Amino acid sequence: MPLTDSLRNDILAAVPSLRAFAISLSGNADRADDLVQETLLRALANIDSFQPGSNLPAWLFTILRNLFRSDYRKRRREVEDAEGNYAKTLKTQPSQNAHLEFEEFRTALDKLPQDQREALILVGASGFSYEDAASICGCAVGTIKSRVNRARSKLAALLYVDGAEDFGPDETIRAVIGGSGG
Amino acid sequence: MKDLKSQASKSTTPGKGGLTPEIQSRIGHQLRAMYDDVVRQGVPDRFAELIKKLDAPGATPQVENGGGTNDNNNGRD
Repeated sequence: MPLTDSLRNDILAAVPSLRAFAISLSGNADRADDLVQETLLRALANIDSFQPGSNLPAWLFTILRNLFRSDYRKRRREVEDAEGNYAKTLKTQPSQNAHLEFEEFRTALDKLPQDQREALILVGASGFSYEDAASICGCAVGTIKSRVNRARSKLAALLYVDGAEDFGPDETIRAVIGGSGG
Repeated sequence: MKDLKSQASKSTTPGKGGLTPEIQSRIGHQLRAMYDDVVRQGVPDRFAELIKKLDAPGATPQVENGGGTNDNNNGRD
């Protein structure tokens, strides 16, 4: 469809959550904004392929995710960089206690496998349905559900329970490969 | 005598891969707090300008010649 004013406004309206998603994925504010810029250019260049009436945010998130994936394969994510840069993106610094809790959460989130992290963010923070998240990630709805559950369990183990060993990588991988019943 | 640790793990792992509603909502809350911090920053000028610019008829996306919207990126690769 052509780039109408209203479509342009809708794209603009999606930018804040695209940035939030990009930062959650990359853990790096600068790279996140590059990713958003690339996403917008890609979207605008391919605007003809957008189906009027379909879910615009989901379409944009799909583009961003795919760009991140191909970028990720090229250069590995700089995990050490993540916390400092992320904190810089905050306009107001949270209080010290909240800040500590926030960093802890961020660190735990960074420990999740990428598949699980993106599924959790799409469903738990961006507010997409399981169906939309599945279409964004190009996988089955059941896979998304299972990833979200894994992600939550692992976060809980890392943050709120001693004995994170119970949710070690082996267990996680086995569960993902085996597919979980619920 | 049960110690605190075993009580904690018991109360947070109610079988079947589920978590207590309390833990679930705590995770959800923190996740959204983190995400919304960024969302609340709104649309940075660089993106608003980019979208405006590309709205012109016949405009082609050109990052390099975009008039300085891409400063951060230069020289990084």
